Amino acid sequence: MSMFVIGYYAALIAASCIAAYFQNRQAFMLLFSLTLVSFVLGIVGGVPALQGVTVFAGILALAAGTSYAFREFLIQVSRPAIAKELRTAPLTAAFGMFVIFTYAIAGIFAPWIAPYGQSEVIASAFEPPNEDMLLGADQLGRDMFSRIVYGARNSVGLALLATILAFMIGALAGLYSAVKGGWLDQLSGRVADVIMSVPSLIFALLMLSIFGTYLWVIVLVVAIIYSPRVFRLTRAVAGNVVVMDYVEAAKLRGEGDWHLIRKEILPNSTAPLIAEFGLEFCFVFLLIAGLSFLGLGIQPPTADWGSMVRENATLISFGDITPLIPAAAIALLTVAVNFVVDWMLFRSSGLKEQ
Amino acid sequence: MSKFHNKGVLLEIRGLKIDGYSDETWVPIIKGVDLTLRRGEVLGLIGESGAGKSTIGAAAMGYARDGTRISEGSIEFDGMELTTATSAEKRALRGSRIAYVAQSAAASFNPAHKLIDQHTEAPLHYRIKKRMEAQEDAMELYERLRLPNPREIGFRYPHQVSGGQLQRAMTAMAMSCRPDLIIFDEPTTALDVTTQIEVLAAIRDIVDQFNTAAVYITHDLAVVAQMADAIKVLLKGEEVEHASTEKMLDAPEEDYTKSLWAVRSFKRPQKSRPEDESKPVISVQGVDAAYTGGAKVLDDVSFDIYPGMTVAVVGESGSGKSTAARVITGLLPPMKGEVLCRDEALPPRYQDRTRDQLRQAQMIYQMADTALNPKSRISDIIGRPAQFYSGLKGQALKQRVDELLDLIELDPASFYNRFPPELSGGQKQRVGIARALAAEPEFIICDEVTSALDQLVAEGILKLLDRLQQELGLAYMFITHDLATVRSIADEVVVMQNGKVVEQGAKDEMFTPPHHPYTDLLLSSVPEMDPNWLTTLLEERGVDNIGEAARV
Repeated sequence: MSMFVIGYYAALIAASCIAAYFQNRQAFMLLFSLTLVSFVLGIVGGVPALQGVTVFAGILALAAGTSYAFREFLIQVSRPAIAKELRTAPLTAAFGMFVIFTYAIAGIFAPWIAPYGQSEVIASAFEPPNEDMLLGADQLGRDMFSRIVYGARNSVGLALLATILAFMIGALAGLYSAVKGGWLDQLSGRVADVIMSVPSLIFALLMLSIFGTYLWVIVLVVAIIYSPRVFRLTRAVAGNVVVMDYVEAAKLRGEGDWHLIRKEILPNSTAPLIAEFGLEFCFVFLLIAGLSFLGLGIQPPTADWGSMVRENATLISFGDITPLIPAAAIALLTVAVNFVVDWMLFRSSGLKEQ
Repeated sequence: MSKFHNKGVLLEIRGLKIDGYSDETWVPIIKGVDLTLRRGEVLGLIGESGAGKSTIGAAAMGYARDGTRISEGSIEFDGMELTTATSAEKRALRGSRIAYVAQSAAASFNPAHKLIDQHTEAPLHYRIKKRMEAQEDAMELYERLRLPNPREIGFRYPHQVSGGQLQRAMTAMAMSCRPDLIIFDEPTTALDVTTQIEVLAAIRDIVDQFNTAAVYITHDLAVVAQMADAIKVLLKGEEVEHASTEKMLDAPEEDYTKSLWAVRSFKRPQKSRPEDESKPVISVQGVDAAYTGGAKVLDDVSFDIYPGMTVAVVGESGSGKSTAARVITGLLPPMKGEVLCRDEALPPRYQDRTRDQLRQAQMIYQMADTALNPKSRISDIIGRPAQFYSGLKGQALKQRVDELLDLIELDPASFYNRFPPELSGGQKQRVGIARALAAEPEFIICDEVTSALDQLVAEGILKLLDRLQQELGLAYMFITHDLATVRSIADEVVVMQNGKVVEQGAKDEMFTPPHHPYTDLLLSSVPEMDPNWLTTLLEERGVDNIGEAARV
């Protein structure tokens, strides 16, 4: 019995006892069932399994601590009205915000953060990590870490641009359809149906092979693919607002459509739209990464997470995790955005008031 | 209370305190209320909204609504302490020994099941009766509650019966296990006066017949006078006064109670049409209207509204009152006939009207909650029409908004930058009035403006509207089903039924017999403060035809 194992069980049992003493039922059940599971785990997997559990718990605790501190930081620096909202954010949402914040910093300050340029060849192909290269080199000998940082700028920036465009098209069409009704509503509804009936990846591949893989084509195609979803949501949300008496009052005042949309309807439908924005962003991001993986997205030598997965894919058969790093970056961002969106959906759905 | 003195105590609440969760802290909403209810006794709980009536009603079942908690006190039901009872124990009581009748039966019934299936659910669940027995019993109860076709009506779905029938079916459902206590939470508030009577009579009979104790929650004093043996008046979570019904009506002690009783006293002198040749500000002439593809909702409706006059349009729901307003505003173009504004025909669709024509007719809505944009500041809501019609900007606009806020008796300094959700119901309605005034109209349509408000607040709004009429010479079209309101502020009355104008004329003529039979029915159905009113009325009308009375 090593000191580690003894310490491991002692710490768990002590923590369970403390939880039991303070009558924190949930924490106690969690800790003590972990103790019991650890007995089995220790017998089956030995010391390494227990070490794995410890590392995992440590990472979880670190993430929780960071999220907590980050939330406090945000509360301190923001205005009272926003601070009050932030106080209601769960730790997962704070974690999501922290990750998004980190990615934003990495993207914005990429040239200063990255030690090498994104297309600079500095070592031999697939060189393992050393003190010069944090994550090793890729298939051409470029620094993996620098490319990840630049990738944050290229992939995320492009996805953001496409999502914003999709929202402008979809939301505007949705709002006008809700206000105007009649043939405009029918027309935009059927156009949305047509776009949605074409499988999105096939549609994107088709368009990109017709018009070439220029950046603006990618942005436009992705925006068009995703705008019908935004259209439908906006149309539904605005449809509920349009029937309100205050909109009727504004109509009877003789206000134009643009005033109705901007002042009366949009402020009352932002919450679900913002939440949808987060969700759509994830889908757009994944679609662009998918296109890049297929070689139709962002073209080399520009760093992009999707194509980085493809280029280094051969390494996976040698048991190296290098190709998984950009994949993990994508996954982490998607999870983080969803955490934040969950919180926003919870707030906008009014569940908290029930 | 003496008549129940020797009976056993059924429900005893001592020092009850309930907290509500808002803005992330617990605030007390019930601040120590005592209540004793004996078997067979009916207690009326009255007070304005936010007084905690419904919260106490729910607490009598040992139930704290979401976002509230019972913080102190004891609730003892037939020897059982409910505050410490487990949820399983409380669940066993509810439905079988304590039943609840909600305000809106239409929203409380499950639309996917037949009435009788919902009725028999509780007796079957508690294994009190077999299904066939329970159905027989339901039919018997329906008969006692004078529902038409008692043997057949239970097999309909909730949307297939009328609102009043649904409310009676719900009362029958509450009786299905012969509970000891029923909580009635404003059971007739959402109903027309004519249907209200049927429900009141039914509830009273059934409570008498089965010797059930009841807590009757309402904000309508006249209703509670008919139903209750004793009345408890609540204000902001505290008890103001408790006495037997006769004593409470004859000699209320507290000032607040007296002010509640005095609410219906507001009356202003009746004006008559101007003698000179002035034209009606709005004249509706022979209008027929229907919603797309539907039957006629308005049938040859004509009436005139002269400057500075208040014309009340009354009738039960579905009589076409609000549709008439939609035709005047241009939201619903008429099929036949026209709307004249000072002898000048208005275009049927509001989109075709000029700004000036739109400005002259403004509207105040029933539900102030949905009538004000929750995301706009008060200054924007009121300022926008002023800016839109008069082109005011900057300092001049700000001054105009201040003026309007002064006019509706709200302090500009504290309301200028607020949002509607931060306001109370009465304040919201005042902002709605200010928005209408900002356009400087000659004519305002008031669509049930006071029906969602408490009586004290409603009286304040009526006084305000009256003052504005005197100061600004406005004409009102006052849509309402509340004849007490009509009595207090109308100059002329238009009675509508099934889309037709049944009778119209000056108020004093309308309120003196002989009336049209429908007017008579409406007038006689308004509850009066006399506790024997319902009994007398039922004797006059005859008990048997009460269900059909609404369809004269």
